[in-house]
Amino acid sequence: MWVTMVSTGYRCSSGIGLSGERTIDELKINHDMEEKMLKIFHKTLVTTVSVVALMATAVTQARVDGDTITLGAAVSETGKYSTNGKHTRNGYNLAVKRINEMGGVTVGGKSYKFKITYYDDESNSGRAAQLAERLIKQDGVKYMLGPYSSGLTKAIAPVTEENKIPMVEANGASRSLFTKGYKYLFAVLSAANQYLEVAIDLAVEKNGGKPVKIAMAFEQDAFSQDVRLGIVEAAERTSSDIIIDDKLPKELNDMAATLAKVKATRPDVLVVSGHSKGALTAIRQISEMKVDVPMLAMTHCDASKLAKQHGKKSEYALCAAQWHKSLSYSDGFFGDGKKFDSDFTSEYGYAPPYQAAESAAALLVWKAAFERANSFDTEKVRDALALTDMQTFYGNIKFSSAGQNIAKPMVLFQVRCEGDECENRVVAPTKWASAELVHPIPKWSDR
Amino acid sequence: MDLLIFQVPILMVQASLDGALLGILFALIAYGMALQWGVMNIINIAQGEMVILGGYIAYTMYVMGIHPAYGVIVSPIIMYFIGWLLYKLVINRVVDRDLFISILATFGISILTQQLMNFIFGADVVVAQSNFGTTLLFDDMVTLPNAKIFSALIGIIFAIGLVLYMKKSKLGRAIRATSQNARAAKILGIDTERVYAATFGINAALCGVAGALISITFTLHPYVGLPYTVRSFMIVIIAGLGNLPGVALSGMGLGVFEEFSDYILGTEFRIGSVFTLLVLILVYRRFRLSRKREYLE
Repeated sequence: MWVTMVSTGYRCSSGIGLSGERTIDELKINHDMEEKMLKIFHKTLVTTVSVVALMATAVTQARVDGDTITLGAAVSETGKYSTNGKHTRNGYNLAVKRINEMGGVTVGGKSYKFKITYYDDESNSGRAAQLAERLIKQDGVKYMLGPYSSGLTKAIAPVTEENKIPMVEANGASRSLFTKGYKYLFAVLSAANQYLEVAIDLAVEKNGGKPVKIAMAFEQDAFSQDVRLGIVEAAERTSSDIIIDDKLPKELNDMAATLAKVKATRPDVLVVSGHSKGALTAIRQISEMKVDVPMLAMTHCDASKLAKQHGKKSEYALCAAQWHKSLSYSDGFFGDGKKFDSDFTSEYGYAPPYQAAESAAALLVWKAAFERANSFDTEKVRDALALTDMQTFYGNIKFSSAGQNIAKPMVLFQVRCEGDECENRVVAPTKWASAELVHPIPKWSDR
Repeated sequence: MDLLIFQVPILMVQASLDGALLGILFALIAYGMALQWGVMNIINIAQGEMVILGGYIAYTMYVMGIHPAYGVIVSPIIMYFIGWLLYKLVINRVVDRDLFISILATFGISILTQQLMNFIFGADVVVAQSNFGTTLLFDDMVTLPNAKIFSALIGIIFAIGLVLYMKKSKLGRAIRATSQNARAAKILGIDTERVYAATFGINAALCGVAGALISITFTLHPYVGLPYTVRSFMIVIIAGLGNLPGVALSGMGLGVFEEFSDYILGTEFRIGSVFTLLVLILVYRRFRLSRKREYLE
């Protein structure tokens, strides 16, 4: 812009000089102006060239600078996802610290350290996409980590795809992320439709293998509707009947109508998904309205601190989780789930929700991919990522051609209380079950 | 379309009671909006955020070990001063300006309040437990959470109190006079500046009461204010400005209508049906007005 302005100014002054009669003074003034303009033009040119050169250097240096590999991430520090954004960042940071302490990443016989460049996406998808552009185009980041939430991952994925930048994400579970043919997106977590399928299988099993009556209420957002699709598929597979299928508004604060219908129709299983707000609203109103159902399955019990906030009212709720500390997976960096739990707790002062665990696992995937590729070439690293087949403390990770982790099942835990102390105990899959499933849930009149 | 409500008629009782209790709570928020809109000609976009802030005050008390129901006393007192302060800092600069300016100003307050609440209380969804229990009716088929009954009672008490205050007290009369004609009120010696500050404070206090009630009946989150703003806005539009009994009726009516549309059309059409009703009412009003105009001509 500067260059254009200056050169236009230069032409103008020449133009004046050519028209009409001029005195010597006028000519001198014009000559001085031309000289001035030329000087400004040269100065601007030099500055522009230097800035461009500097930027180019920065770009080439940014991906691997000395012995540092820079990963980029837009994660929510403000806005509605700030709490989960914090879990995500803490998971990433703990893994970076651990990997770096244990020798870093070895590529071409040389050891490199990980570093993450963060931006705050303000929990806003438009901003997230903008920041992904900035990370890639201005900061020269060549390897990306995902943001928190399906919505923001969906906003960033087109940017990373367009620029052919591989992204390992740990917090975008929406199935639509894996149906668009993305080649540079890899998700370490199970897709949303897998969240509560297990609950339906469990209900059928407890019903003696016979189909069950399902009531369900899902928020109208990408993630919850994907969870719903999983239930619809499970219902078809088991020939079960869906007798209530409510789509809760995003501004959900009242489920009384849905629960009154549940009371009237007496289903075998009630499934609810609506993020933390949905989980807390459901338990509050189920307990207030004394709704008796043999099985209650939900999502976001962990994120909403359900057992802590509702205490005994939340007892017997079945909750889907990507990870639980009692699972027996292990790796050479964090050991097993319990070790990760204690390390994370001593570092950040609170127990890690699964959002932190899956975020830490993303870094382990990056490290393994760099070492297998033995190169910093994005295409080679992308191909190495696609061939990932490993076990971490968080679970097995192997990507389908769509970038979805197909090696890790979801776990279901049940809230169990002793006195006023409530905790989550894994009840499915049976391989890791630390407690027997309580089924049917005792009636409110007996509790 | 679901006909369950007709097959199990007891659900109609449940829907009506749920709707009425919900409506009273919304009407309380709409009361404040109607008052301030009528007196100051300001549409407060930050109404919902003030409600949530009031809720967080009650929640903080709950965390400190005080029963959150006491929030209905503490929250309005604190919120009155916050409202008064907001008036002195921002609203008094836009009160005589174009409606658009005041909408922008309150929109700014709304964003700022959201971020401040996020900063202070965190982005987690929280609930305060009242442990008030449940009232069971008709062989346990109709359930009414006592927290909702408590909310409705408090809502009614504050609404009646407000109407009486507006009629009997000196400040109430000054507020009504200012709302009728601010310039004339000023000439007659009413300190309109003080009236405006008090009106904004009273609105904030009502939001505080509603917030405390929401903390024990629903959930709190820094970003859930907007539905309360929209709902109270709709109630005021239907009831008309300065029509306080109308606000209560329209609040309850909308609540019941919303519940029935949830049962019959499905939860996904709950909000949509209320908006459709709003449009129909506005079109009908316009039609009636235009007929009146023709008659006058």
